[in-house]
Amino acid sequence: METQAGIAGKSSDTVTGRRDSLSVLLWLLQAGPIIILVTLVVAFGLLAPHFISVRNLQNLLAQSAIVCALGLGQFLVILVRGVDVSVGSVIALSVVTVAAVTGVDQPTSFALVIYPLVGLVVGLINGLLIVKGGIPQPLVVTVAMLGIVAGVALLISGGNTLVGVSPAVHWLANGKVLGIPAGALMVLILAGLFWLMLRRTQWGRWLYAVGGNPDVAQWVGLPRDTLIMSAYAICGTTAGIAGMLYHGRTGSASPLSGIGYELDAITAVVVGGASLFGGRGSITNVLFGALIIATIRSGLQQLDVSPFWSSVAIGIGILVALELDVLRKHIENRIRTLRARQVNQ
Amino acid sequence: MNTASSESLPNGVSDKRLVLSVRDARKAYGFVTALAGASLDLHEGEIVALLGDNGAGKSTLIKAITGIVTLDSGAIELDSRPLRLRSPADARASGIETVFQDLAVFDNLTVSDNFLIGREQTWPRWLGPLGFLSAGQEQKQWREHASALSVSHVSPSQEIGLMSGGQRQAVAVARAVAFARRVVILDEPTAALGVRESDEILTMVRRLPERGLSVIIVSHNMDHVVRVADRAVVMRQGRSVGEMTVRQGVQKDLVAMIMGVT
Ligand SMILES: Nc1ncnc2c1ncn2[C@@H]1O[C@H](COP(=O)(O)OP(=O)(O)OP(=O)(O)O)[C@@H](O)[C@H]1O
Ligand SMILES: [Mg+2]
Repeated sequence: METQAGIAGKSSDTVTGRRDSLSVLLWLLQAGPIIILVTLVVAFGLLAPHFISVRNLQNLLAQSAIVCALGLGQFLVILVRGVDVSVGSVIALSVVTVAAVTGVDQPTSFALVIYPLVGLVVGLINGLLIVKGGIPQPLVVTVAMLGIVAGVALLISGGNTLVGVSPAVHWLANGKVLGIPAGALMVLILAGLFWLMLRRTQWGRWLYAVGGNPDVAQWVGLPRDTLIMSAYAICGTTAGIAGMLYHGRTGSASPLSGIGYELDAITAVVVGGASLFGGRGSITNVLFGALIIATIRSGLQQLDVSPFWSSVAIGIGILVALELDVLRKHIENRIRTLRARQVNQ
Repeated sequence: MNTASSESLPNGVSDKRLVLSVRDARKAYGFVTALAGASLDLHEGEIVALLGDNGAGKSTLIKAITGIVTLDSGAIELDSRPLRLRSPADARASGIETVFQDLAVFDNLTVSDNFLIGREQTWPRWLGPLGFLSAGQEQKQWREHASALSVSHVSPSQEIGLMSGGQRQAVAVARAVAFARRVVILDEPTAALGVRESDEILTMVRRLPERGLSVIIVSHNMDHVVRVADRAVVMRQGRSVGEMTVRQGVQKDLVAMIMGVT
């Protein structure tokens, strides 16, 4: 009797011990993005003498604001197991639409509404096609949209770049509030709003639910299609806002704006630890993801490394992040089995 | 083939009020006929086991009662009134709760999130789904139900994906039981579970009639059926082909009826 109890107790202890070390590993994976960011900043700070300077940090924040804005919306879409690669072309479309509607340098605040509105329209079309159009491959749908939107931007502008930007937009992209770039501040406020919506409202919880298990979401009566649509609509809107910042920073309305930015946006979300399997990730980590990209770019630049290398580094970053996501799934499964073994012992 | 149903109709049970009845349900998925005229009666406080081989149409029948699948033809009545289900939300509103096959929980949400999903209270009301949730209120709601459903050892703020299959299934069952007013449907609730975990679920199910609920349970385990069910209905190739009052020792007869050897 005694020995039996002893054995049972001992094996149960080792199971608990294994489970606890797995839990620590899981926690480390979740804290990954902030650890990577801090490590990068410290490393570049030691290697490049001017990396940690007010000027450079301001620059870094201002640069990352566009990717952050894109990342916020992209995160919602990835959360519900989708992806939106049309966001780069939405930047171009929003910029040339503003130029066509209000002219480039009118000091009108009306323009401030047009950028996100253009994005909203594109996002709604994406969502409609994926949900109601019965095309369940978001990648294909949004690739097609990328082509269409980029083409429309060229048509509207006639292929011409108009130089100039309204003062309000210029200030948003280049101005500073208490030394902090205004664009970064705006995106930070937006991120706060997103965090609140995702973590504290019913809509946010349902979005996580749909990403976690779309079938069950439908079975328990959640408005699955509307939720997915809302994610794409918001993603388009944030792309429009990114377009505004882009216009402000470049100071001209080119139909070729924003090319390649969809990759940075998706990278920011994935490096920030969101799962392409859906239902996982957080807004704060998306911000860290965007900052990691900006840090790599700016740090390598300061070290006089060819910018081609930053492309390679970021590509590797995506792959590592994806593998870590697979590892996370694996660890969760292990923890679950160990729990079950303990219960049934 | 269809004769077995009339000869073994149990006395006593049929005197009770009819809660749910499905008549001549038919459903085809393209060329696959899943239901070819299935019928099912469920009385007040009764636990009916829905049996049949793989692909017999049990899950499809359940999905029809839950509003996930729309029948090609047939009638469903709840409390003698026609039940029109356009969505799963309609079924929930009618007091029917379901635990689906294959552990239907959201692994990425916490226990209390899973428990309340689709029924969260938001504030202020007029904001609808954009209203705010109250974590404290939700954990309180969980604790109120948890003690009655013997899942009180589960922590409400834990992520359900990290829990064992049995704990997760217990939460899924608790969710169904807590909010059902008429009928609880369980599709193979013990399929993925160990002995002790199955035990806990079955004990929970056995006590549901005390709460005025009727139960449909699908299982491939005849010992489990004998432990919880009052009556068994057997399906084969989309039809209900027989039924039997469940008593100790009928396991062999049930298996024979499922296989169609008499
Ligand atoms: N969504 C679907 N599309 C096409 N065919 C389906 C679908 N769902 C079920 N079927 C088919 O309908 C038939 C009945 O399936 P159902 O899932 O209802 O059986 P079941 O009795 O629940 O089986 P099991 O015991 O394996 O769960 C099967 O032949 C199945 O292949
Ligand atoms: Mg089934």
